Amino acid sequence: MPDTTTAPGAGTAPGEHDVLLRMEEVTMRFGGVVALDRVSFDIRRGEILGLIGPNGAGKTTCFNALTGVYPPTQGRVVFDGQPLGRRKRYQINRLGIARTFQNIRLFGNMTARENVLVGADSHHRSGVLSALFRLPRHRRETAEGDRLADELLELMDLGHRADDLARNLSYGEQRRLEIARALATRPKLLCLDEPAAGFNPVEKQRLMDLIRRVRDLGNTVLLIEHDMRLVMGVTDRIVVLEFGKKIAEGSPAQVRDDPAVIAAYLGVDEEETADDPGTAAEIDDLRGEL
Amino acid sequence: MSTTSQSAPAGRTAGARRGLGERWSALPRPVKVVLWVALALLFYALPLLNPPLLSTPDSDFGSVMFLVAAYGLVALGLNIVLGYAGLLDLGYVGFFAVGAYTVAVVGTMSGRVPFVVLLVLAVTVSTASGLLLGWPTLRVRGDYLAIVTLGFGEIIRLVALNSEFLNQARGFTGIPRPPSIALFEVPQLQWDGWVSYVDFGNTSTFLEFGLLDGIPYYWLALTVIILVLIGDVLLQDSRVGRAWEATREDEEAAELNGVPTFRFKLLAFAMGAFIGGLSGGLFASRQGAINPETFIIQLSILFLAAVVVGGQGNRWGVLVGAAVVAYLPERFREFAEFRVLVFGLLLLLLANFRPQGVLPPRRARRAKRVNEQLQTLEGTEEGARA
Repeated sequence: MPDTTTAPGAGTAPGEHDVLLRMEEVTMRFGGVVALDRVSFDIRRGEILGLIGPNGAGKTTCFNALTGVYPPTQGRVVFDGQPLGRRKRYQINRLGIARTFQNIRLFGNMTARENVLVGADSHHRSGVLSALFRLPRHRRETAEGDRLADELLELMDLGHRADDLARNLSYGEQRRLEIARALATRPKLLCLDEPAAGFNPVEKQRLMDLIRRVRDLGNTVLLIEHDMRLVMGVTDRIVVLEFGKKIAEGSPAQVRDDPAVIAAYLGVDEEETADDPGTAAEIDDLRGEL
Repeated sequence: MSTTSQSAPAGRTAGARRGLGERWSALPRPVKVVLWVALALLFYALPLLNPPLLSTPDSDFGSVMFLVAAYGLVALGLNIVLGYAGLLDLGYVGFFAVGAYTVAVVGTMSGRVPFVVLLVLAVTVSTASGLLLGWPTLRVRGDYLAIVTLGFGEIIRLVALNSEFLNQARGFTGIPRPPSIALFEVPQLQWDGWVSYVDFGNTSTFLEFGLLDGIPYYWLALTVIILVLIGDVLLQDSRVGRAWEATREDEEAAELNGVPTFRFKLLAFAMGAFIGGLSGGLFASRQGAINPETFIIQLSILFLAAVVVGGQGNRWGVLVGAAVVAYLPERFREFAEFRVLVFGLLLLLLANFRPQGVLPPRRARRAKRVNEQLQTLEGTEEGARA
């Protein structure tokens, strides 16, 4: 239902073939807490969709639902025409959904290159026998993985750190390495959970360019972000959550002018504003725009 | 200024140590192969050379070396489970026992089963037991897995102790030995102080597997170790090895990046059980007789000690650890009961001063190196500021 109400606002009417992932009335309940309440939206092929909302709005829960970390309590997620159902996490990854984590979760004691190779192995099938006897399959997949790893490390500007342990990389490098690892699984949909958290403005700008470049390479990107400016600048469409409900959906311009969105962001309590100068600045921006 | 002058040489020594590893990898491939072969030959010849100090005065050196090799094999297997996949298995002796009992049961039932078939049976049964144990238990994590495996080790022993079919406490005697092909005799080296002479009265027959001479068994076990090592190197540098390491590092992140972690954990368990069973089979044949008392839980703890002391995750480290655990108590037999005390003391010292193990895996080494570099840098910075 919310779909039909927001579809006209989304600009071009989406054809069915455009939709890569569809959240259908997804509800997530943890005990008595309703983290997501009948949330529906589409992610279209080739777009960058922003998922925003104040702290605790259910962004990460939404992320977890569509990457299969938790199956939804009610509703379903349809990806590329197939309901995710109760598929295992690695199977969902192989279907084509890859993600990064809000708190970086790299394989710290493996090199940057090996981290990417683990991602590349997602589509590889060589097992013990292939490895022990160095069968053609192993050699083919190794060559392919190496090529992909080189390419992605280069893309993420990590070529010079390839042989360093992931945990010895700088914060920004670790964030980029997570994206490289996710991309190595050759996803149809790349989900980034606050990739710019803790970045300075210059790094944020660079990351934006990077995300755009990733999209231009043919990927669809779902971006959770706190920084309104970053979201406005890089996304094609935005979905806004508050208290587990979708309160708005549309182009950045539409969302920016949406009274419900402005209210949600101005409603952030003072304590939090003081903690997060970024948010405070954003609110000032919004006030200015009002 | 003084800080700078002090930290600079420290940095240089760190560089020199690093240089050794780099110099090794810079060697041309043929040179490396030759060095490897030389090293292997040295190890093959070790029990014949009877080097003073190293040789055990109070027990047969060849037999001790076989024990070391059997422990080494076990350590390599446990290293896959614990070091690579990060699964704490406290009942590893169970697989060792399953391998040993398989060889004993089938071998004594009919004397006509070829030894190779016995070994194949041993690893098949132990691998199956690993899969059987792993299938339900690898879904639980950490502590629970440790407890379940601890139980498994004891269950195997208790089953053997109570089962009529497995001869209860009597166990088995007359376990078949590998077929002997007596080709030629190799004299041993004897030492009189620091003077050595070739002792033609004390020879080993190539290849005669008997009760008295442990050396042919040592050669056999060493050969198996070399084969397992080659497999280990090939596996670690493959999708399988990476999947294990990723699972150990962060299971959820691995899963979400397309690693079927359960399958790979089960695989690690099965590989570990395979190698444990192989070692157990060889051990049973060498001993000629086994009973449930051979496979007490203490053995599991010793195996674990070998892997942890040596440096879990490093194949050379765990071999060193196995050598320490198997060899030291034999070497210091003259101290009778005190030897266990000395052994425990040594383990304590190691745990205190080398918590990463004698030879930690490259991940720990590299982290240490980075820390050293950081300290050097900070030192110079401070010096510059001063």
